[in-house]
Amino acid sequence: MLSKRIIPCLDVRDGKTTKGIKFKDNVDIGDPVEMARFYYEAGADEIVFYDITASSDKRDIMIDVVRRVAETIFIPFSVGGGIRTIEDMRKVLLAGAEKVSVNSAAVKNPEIISKGAEAFGNQCIVLGMDVKHVGKSEKIPSGYEIVINGGRTFMGIDALKWAIDAEKLGAGEICLNSIDADGTCEGYELNLTSLISENVGIPVIASGGAGKPEHLYDVLTRGKADAALIASMVHYGTYSISGIKSYLDKNGVKVRKSW
Amino acid sequence: MIAIIDYDAGNLTSVARAVTHIGFECIVTNDINEIGKAERIIFPGVGAAGSAMESIKRLGLDKAIKEAFSSGKPILGICIGTQIIMEYSEENDTKCLGIIGGKVLTFRFDEIRKNGAGLKIPHMGWNRILLRKSHFILSNLKEDDEFYFVHGYYPAPDDPEHLIGTTEYGIPFASVIGYKNIIATQFHPEKSGSPGLAILKNFCTWKPC
Repeated sequence: MLSKRIIPCLDVRDGKTTKGIKFKDNVDIGDPVEMARFYYEAGADEIVFYDITASSDKRDIMIDVVRRVAETIFIPFSVGGGIRTIEDMRKVLLAGAEKVSVNSAAVKNPEIISKGAEAFGNQCIVLGMDVKHVGKSEKIPSGYEIVINGGRTFMGIDALKWAIDAEKLGAGEICLNSIDADGTCEGYELNLTSLISENVGIPVIASGGAGKPEHLYDVLTRGKADAALIASMVHYGTYSISGIKSYLDKNGVKVRKSW
Repeated sequence: MIAIIDYDAGNLTSVARAVTHIGFECIVTNDINEIGKAERIIFPGVGAAGSAMESIKRLGLDKAIKEAFSSGKPILGICIGTQIIMEYSEENDTKCLGIIGGKVLTFRFDEIRKNGAGLKIPHMGWNRILLRKSHFILSNLKEDDEFYFVHGYYPAPDDPEHLIGTTEYGIPFASVIGYKNIIATQFHPEKSGSPGLAILKNFCTWKPC
């Protein structure tokens, strides 16, 4: 039986890890390569990096980080943030990442999903979705809308429709981030997660809101997620990955226990 | 020297990095002479069977791999490399190398859903191996070791003698196959943490009889 994946997420700016709270007030909390090694040895099933470097002339720092991470850890990892072209994808994959994640660029230009899938295989392409609850309307029948620019720009696109379209275009996985829950540490958005997960045939990683192991239990069971992204709850040492996994295991969620 | 066969099929650097990490020398190559000279061969890959076979034929690697097999050199297949050594793949209706008899089948979504609601395609993530037969490269395997998979197709060898290990995903499927000097895994040992690195290390010292 397939294990549910626990995935620490590292935000990287100018080659350093940060953790944003609601995308604001980022503070530096370490070296991404060392943090990746730490989580690899601590039992992470996968690692996600988001490059939040603002200026494009510093982007190559991230490629160097990816290369060093690939030499250090032997589990899959993905890289997102600032991926706008097939060439950007190629650089990250050649540097050693398993997957690339596209978010705003795919909203503006959905073809990047199909072109990326064609060039590198569906399994390489993760669609990152930032979603806000707006209530059901004619234009947004699911009540969840796609936003970009860290939640500031509403795109008028229904989140459920976008997830289904992206699967058809060739996305291999969805990383679903609730802007409402992000940084709150009060739990994942369960309704949103189960809605998307039950209506696509590709794996869904839940993101945003994890504060304690119970939250992961909820999203991996009722939320129907295939994997759960975590950040603050492990970055600041409040919980360990093995502690979270043994809680899940005791409660009947299949997780990887040996590494 | 270990030759990692390069046929434009995805993340070959990760296999090379893992082999280097465990202390063995390797080259990533599509040069038939280099492959001929190598002591062992790793045949990795991600991607689709159709384009993989096309590149293999275009580069003349089909002959090189078959020759390596008949010469008795240890060969390790990984993921698409494991599927390509079968006779035929349902993916892109592809005629493959035929080193191991049998077909590569697609996970049938409906079937899998029936047996385990909510299962997704591809089979992506960590899963266990149930040993059907002992094998040197799996000699360190512990019951709760898990390995990283990402695939929508799986090999189905005709001869049960070629089945080394199985994995459960809605149905039990062959996740390790092989005979004589070839061994092949559907999962990615280079991405499976220390149990995966142990398999690679065993392969690097394996002496098939």
